[in-house]
Amino acid sequence: MTDQNIPLVEMKDISISFGGIHAVEKATIDLFPGEVVAVLGHNGAGKSTLIKVLSGAYRRDGGDILINGEAAEIKNPRDAKKYGIETIYQTLAVADNVDAAANLYLGRELRTKWGTLDDVAMEANTREVMGRLNPNFRRFKEPVKALSGGQRQSVAIARAILFDARILIMDEPTAALGPQETAQVGDLIKQLKREGIGIFLISHDIHDVFDLADRVFVMKNGKVVGHARTQDVTKDEVLGMIILGKVPPGAVPGPGAMKVA
Amino acid sequence: MADMTHSTTPHASETTTTARPEGNLVARFFRATEIDTRMLGMIGALLIIWIGFHILTGGLFLTARNLWNLSVQTASVAVMATGMVLVIVTRNIDLSVGSILGFTGMIMGVLQAQYLPQLLGFDHPAIWAVALIGGIVVGGLIGTLQGFIIAFLSVPSFIVTLGGLLVWRGATWFVTSGQTVAPMNPSFRLMGGGAEGSIGETWSWIVGIIACLAIVAAIVNARHQRKRFHFPRRPLWAEYVLAGVGFVTVIGAVMVANAYFWPINIARRYAEANGIPWPEGGLQIPHGIAIPVLIAIAAGIVMTFIATRLRFGRYVFAIGGNPEAAELAGIKTRWVTVKIFALMGVLCAIAAAISTARLNAATNAQGELDELYTIAAAVIGGTSLGGGLGTIAGAMLGALVMQSLQSGMVLLGIDTPFQRIVVGIVLVTAVWLDTVYRARAK
Ligand SMILES: Nc1ncnc2c1ncn2[C@@H]1O[C@H](COP(=O)(O)OP(=O)(O)OP(=O)(O)O)[C@@H](O)[C@H]1O
Ligand SMILES: [Mg+2]
Repeated sequence: MTDQNIPLVEMKDISISFGGIHAVEKATIDLFPGEVVAVLGHNGAGKSTLIKVLSGAYRRDGGDILINGEAAEIKNPRDAKKYGIETIYQTLAVADNVDAAANLYLGRELRTKWGTLDDVAMEANTREVMGRLNPNFRRFKEPVKALSGGQRQSVAIARAILFDARILIMDEPTAALGPQETAQVGDLIKQLKREGIGIFLISHDIHDVFDLADRVFVMKNGKVVGHARTQDVTKDEVLGMIILGKVPPGAVPGPGAMKVA
Repeated sequence: MADMTHSTTPHASETTTTARPEGNLVARFFRATEIDTRMLGMIGALLIIWIGFHILTGGLFLTARNLWNLSVQTASVAVMATGMVLVIVTRNIDLSVGSILGFTGMIMGVLQAQYLPQLLGFDHPAIWAVALIGGIVVGGLIGTLQGFIIAFLSVPSFIVTLGGLLVWRGATWFVTSGQTVAPMNPSFRLMGGGAEGSIGETWSWIVGIIACLAIVAAIVNARHQRKRFHFPRRPLWAEYVLAGVGFVTVIGAVMVANAYFWPINIARRYAEANGIPWPEGGLQIPHGIAIPVLIAIAAGIVMTFIATRLRFGRYVFAIGGNPEAAELAGIKTRWVTVKIFALMGVLCAIAAAISTARLNAATNAQGELDELYTIAAAVIGGTSLGGGLGTIAGAMLGALVMQSLQSGMVLLGIDTPFQRIVVGIVLVTAVWLDTVYRARAK
């Protein structure tokens, strides 16, 4: 945690609505290098929508995004990747009909000196990365459709860490994983954190993320209830924030905090 | 009715062979050679259709003459089917290919018959090439326009190309106010086949040898690549089997093409023109492979390369599998769509060149219903309308299956209305069997 003053990512007053629904309203959130920030909230709170603005999947209606203190133009997923933002989507966003290697390199294929796809090299690298992540994984030649939910999730995670990410967004990354694979992802997060990568970890279940996270942001009905360092609050207090929007003394209230009389 | 059962049973055999692996040996053979059983089923179907017609026609079908004609008749739809695969893989459809064929054919017709002779002189050697390029450019522009409307204005491809079907057919009429343009330029006509438009015995053998060398090179290269990264390799005997099957196919095809001789009047004219004395038993000049067939094969190779070896092809399949994932991966999915339709337009123009050259005329009705045969070829060839699945080779084989059915029925003297009924039923049956096959393969 070297550069404590300048956040890696700063999203300020982000708003986005679909039709009449304010999916995210004036949300402000930040992330420092080597930090794990958990974004918590009930189903439909707006977590995925908020981080999709950062990953370029959605265009915001209002607000600013700053990367390393400078205003960032993120209009599509390609822009986000240029800033070193890699995303594991909740829906995984894998192409079912092609194999793991094709998915890992989708949009960034390795090519031979002739300009053709270097499938062999891509498969070799894929075997290596997947070996680190999920040593039991063997089905490299099959379309991803033939994989289990957890194996598909491993593919999505591998894709995000394959290219040197500086900012990693993980939207419910362990939803489909077994205990062993979940632990592996936990180790991976700690390792990436040591390398100075900033990680947004999205979840609706506090138990998944509380021990991994340095700070938590809680969202409710599209608004940020508040944020806190995990060392300053208890799980129960965070649970109160998620369910009731009640901000404990150790946390900083946001626009979505329950108004206390 | 008899021919109907003949054309459907082959597909049925395709499902049974895979559903019930006969013993260990067969299963091991397929695993070792990595042969696609689906493709094998299609080849089996084709062979059964051929043999069935051969028997029904009393030995007229499997003759050098008929097979050679079959290859030429298939060429135009086969060229378009290679592009239709990419269109359907991305969950789109192109109903306008027949009309684009008609329009670009007419453009090439008037270019070589009316405008270019005035501009360049009557027998300028470049007329055919300029006309061809002109048609290709027009086809590409039409495809680009349609692709642009589909991708950027978000009008469904079904509607855009249905509109195109009407617009380009109407536009064809306007080029000459409905008049047929003929004859075509002699060099241009070579693209249509015939005695002149075939490469003869020697060149056919050269092409055959090159094809055999290419097969060896491909197998050796694949082995080498797998070795480089320590991937499992096919057993050596399997490689030999594959190479052997390839050789037999290629050499067989060349022999058939060389066994079909020029018609006697053309040969006589040729002999007179070149001062060759007319021999006792007549002059037997082999046709060799027809140029339109070479064009179709070239189109197939290029399109397979694009679909499997280039980034563009990878994107096409990824978009077909999951459009949202492709977009999130940073692929410019709209531009890929535009390029697919542009490519389709170019292929329509190439098909139009073959078709106008073969007919020696550009007519208003050229390519009518071809959109349906093209789509049917792709679908019979294993392209899934759900997107994400399909091969170029399969689609070309599908075109051959369709054309075989039609030619066979013509040989049997079956009327056109009944031919259509049969083709329609076969199409539905083939796709149903394919669905069954896929459901079991899962
Ligand atoms: N593409 C969209 N079109 C319309 N409404 C949307 C869209 N995406 C999200 N929403 C709405 O925005 C709100 C927030 O959704 P979001 O997916 O961000 O929730 P979430 O916090 O990620 O929930 P979960 O824990 O279930 O993943 C929901 O009410 C949802 O219906
Ligand atoms: Mg979500």
